Amino acid sequence: MILRCMKHDSKHKIVGSSVPRVDAFDKVSGRAKYAADYNAKGQLYGMVCYASHPHAKILNIDTGKAAKLPGVRAVLTHEDIPGEKSFGSVIPHQMALCSDKVRYSGDVVAIVAAESIEVAEQAIELIDVDYRQLDVVSDPKVALKDGAILIHDENNLCAYHKVRRGNIDEGFEKSDVILERDYSTSKIEHSYIEPEAVLAEPGENGGITITGSVQNLYSIRRAVARVLGLSLNRVRIIQATLGGSFGGKDETMSALCCRAGLLALATGKPVKMVNTREMSMRESYKRHSYQIHYKVGSTKCGILQAIESEIYADAGAYAAMSPFVTWRSAVHATGPYSIPNVKTDVYAAYTNNCYTGAMRGFGSPQICFAIESLIDELAEELNLDPLELRLKNILKDNSITATGQGLKHKVSLKEVLDNVTEKMGFVDKWKQNREQKRDTAFKRGIGISCSYRGISLGAEGTDAAGVIISIQTDGSVILSTGLIEMGQGAATTISMIVSEKLGITPDRIRFLSADTSRSPDSGPTVASRTTFMAGNAALRGCHELLERIKPVAAELLRCPEQDLLFENNSVYAPNKTSEGDRKIPFSELADKCFQKGISLFAHGWYKSPPTTWNEENGQGDAYFTYVYGANLAEVEVDCITGNVRVLKFISSHDPGQIVNLSGALGQVYGGVIMGIGYAMLENYAESEGNPLVANFDEYLLPTACDIPEIETTLIHNPDELGPLGAKSLGEPACEIAAPAIANAVFNATGMRIRHLPLTLERVKLGKELVRIDSRGSVKARGG
Amino acid sequence: MKLDFVLNNKRVSINVKGGLRLIDLLREQLDLVGTKEGCGKGECGACTVLLDGKPVCSCLILASQVRNREVTTIEGLSIEGEMHPAQEAFTETGAVQCGFCSPGLLLSTVALLNENPEPSREQIRRALSGNLCRCTGYEKIFEAVELASRRINGLSVQNDKV
Ligand code: FES
Ligand code: FES
Repeated sequence: MILRCMKHDSKHKIVGSSVPRVDAFDKVSGRAKYAADYNAKGQLYGMVCYASHPHAKILNIDTGKAAKLPGVRAVLTHEDIPGEKSFGSVIPHQMALCSDKVRYSGDVVAIVAAESIEVAEQAIELIDVDYRQLDVVSDPKVALKDGAILIHDENNLCAYHKVRRGNIDEGFEKSDVILERDYSTSKIEHSYIEPEAVLAEPGENGGITITGSVQNLYSIRRAVARVLGLSLNRVRIIQATLGGSFGGKDETMSALCCRAGLLALATGKPVKMVNTREMSMRESYKRHSYQIHYKVGSTKCGILQAIESEIYADAGAYAAMSPFVTWRSAVHATGPYSIPNVKTDVYAAYTNNCYTGAMRGFGSPQICFAIESLIDELAEELNLDPLELRLKNILKDNSITATGQGLKHKVSLKEVLDNVTEKMGFVDKWKQNREQKRDTAFKRGIGISCSYRGISLGAEGTDAAGVIISIQTDGSVILSTGLIEMGQGAATTISMIVSEKLGITPDRIRFLSADTSRSPDSGPTVASRTTFMAGNAALRGCHELLERIKPVAAELLRCPEQDLLFENNSVYAPNKTSEGDRKIPFSELADKCFQKGISLFAHGWYKSPPTTWNEENGQGDAYFTYVYGANLAEVEVDCITGNVRVLKFISSHDPGQIVNLSGALGQVYGGVIMGIGYAMLENYAESEGNPLVANFDEYLLPTACDIPEIETTLIHNPDELGPLGAKSLGEPACEIAAPAIANAVFNATGMRIRHLPLTLERVKLGKELVRIDSRGSVKARGG
Repeated sequence: MKLDFVLNNKRVSINVKGGLRLIDLLREQLDLVGTKEGCGKGECGACTVLLDGKPVCSCLILASQVRNREVTTIEGLSIEGEMHPAQEAFTETGAVQCGFCSPGLLLSTVALLNENPEPSREQIRRALSGNLCRCTGYEKIFEAVELASRRINGLSVQNDKV
């Protein structure tokens, strides 16, 4: 691994250094408790009965035989739901248990609780459902045509967003070169290695407590309360250690929690439900596949004049986060470039495919692949090298984005591009590769990509978060927040920020996992907002506490408050006090405060700076700040088999201020490799609404053998809005890997591949091969 | 049926049903939940345990197959509270994110280092290729294995942390 860190500062004591994760010890010793590791005395096992068809009317559900099976304690259908039958954060139409029809193959019509998993499985087999099959809609463009079969009551349009800037026709008139291209991306399974699991326990007062692999506790709680007909304060959702999520354990978990909750209330017993990988793949929402049409106009010398785009996202059967995901796509559709004339239309359509929602990148990896391929294609057309064309058009300080937003922070795009290209001698290499002989079997290629990314939710929704900081009388600290640790390192990052401010070492800080009954609703842990939002909230909490404890410390040290220094679990006033450099342990100070009746508990709350959005023309200050990144990929293409090997990868990002260096690097590596999987391997294929993959035998993830050498350069560019200058990193790292690779493959072979993933057949033959028979785990599905 | 085997250096004698998978014996009957199930099909390696020192997928093995043999799980890696050098190295280098793959990866690592105390990058890659990790991008895991290897071999470990 090679890392270069630009302009490292020493302003901070701990922030910016590498700190081992606060939760690593439990995880390497096998003691961390994930959802499936929880058991309760007398627990039952829950199981679901899936739809037999991707689209069908339900005529009758007969649970009689199943209910009579010995060991079965409950068989429930939609008729047994005490509250509403459906839930959903944006559009509450996702069915906990289907009533009138099924809309995709992961829909559930009935659930069983039994004394063992085996009995529960047998009972599922005994449930008889009569269906009348309906035509299946599987293409989002077809779904939006007049007269298309309807998935829900109204038309199949799930979301539509537009951006209009300048005058698109004039833009094209002024252009010397106009290019039109179509791109598409595949549907992606999050592939968290931990499948979904919950344990639902009936609580006192008819309430319920659910411990599970949950990402967004509060939206899940709203769903459970709605379906179970309970008030929010009687539904308690506790987060178990989460075995990965990447945006994926939200609506899927709402459904699972509702179902386990229904069974627990019906039986009065704890109910455990654990998905197999096959169930998880069948049912859990995915990253959207996109179909993207671009038209770009440029002057001869490469100044972009206009970009028009029409983008279709497959929302699948339910809305989930699609309206927000596609909004982000609309904002970012023209890439990190200054373009005076823009016309963007983004549609999300309902189909009978697996539904889609949030996944790391949130509507930008698709766009990044398309726009960054397009820019390379345009460069080719204009006889410019890809770097030159980018440098002519990238956003700079004070540039105006496609949505009319002036960028008032330091825009580091040129810097990140320089970082990835200079050391590799990109332009020379790129030119040399084009001279390779036609008949060489192994060809080298090099490619770049860059992006800008609005952080947090932006104008997508209200954006606020809280952190509770509670100093104990021995000087140790407990932190809790509604934003969660899901493997990304939030616990460590937030602990470090608190450590920095209170001068307490991270080992004296304990970050509690989230619990809806104990921590404030801080919205979803998505959109790379955690460091920024919870970090800022934590700073406010620390500030409040310092205001209260400083007078006590000053009194003890007989010095003015401004001379106090909090460091290494103690407070002192260096060279300032008559007491010399006496250090008071933080524990002593905490105890003293407690004796004096001073509250050692603070709730820091942070609301994001304002954003604006005009639905009519898609103009506004969409996000309060942006981050920038660039990638370079070097590949070797085996022209005989079509195999692409990524040899080297350089990634440069501007996360503002790095909080935990080791964690930041981990986010880049993980993001890049997820991006490589997106580029080369992964495809949740479906045919007429039926999934063609069911497990990791055919849904291929990058392994330890597939990964290149990765070099990372992080820019130090503190943002005045971020906590201590920090912004975000987890998502930008993932979104621009695929275009760098596709551009490198073009550089090697001269063949432009506009569809992901870059499979052997696409690289070798330039087309996809059609599968005839089911294979592998697909046959075993449901059996 | 009765099953005798050695688990984490202790003799175990237990009644099991025929057809029971090793992972279920460990997790459900013996309450050793450190072993994780990610796919149930031998694809992800999250369920890796050592059988007579060799890594195996406990989701693919029947409990009856471990009769009179030795099984090591993540719970058996640290001896009397002392962590195995691989566990320490994983913690220090940042090889753990969500941690769901970690028990399996650690056991594959220990098996590798037992057999080959100074593996090359390529050998590490191959030895770990059966363990999927979605979070880390593997790089930090390689570094952890290399650090553990140096520690085991008593080599200097200065400047090897970022
Ligand atoms: S659970 Fe055994 S290999 Fe995945
Ligand atoms: S750390 Fe999450 S899967 Fe490896």
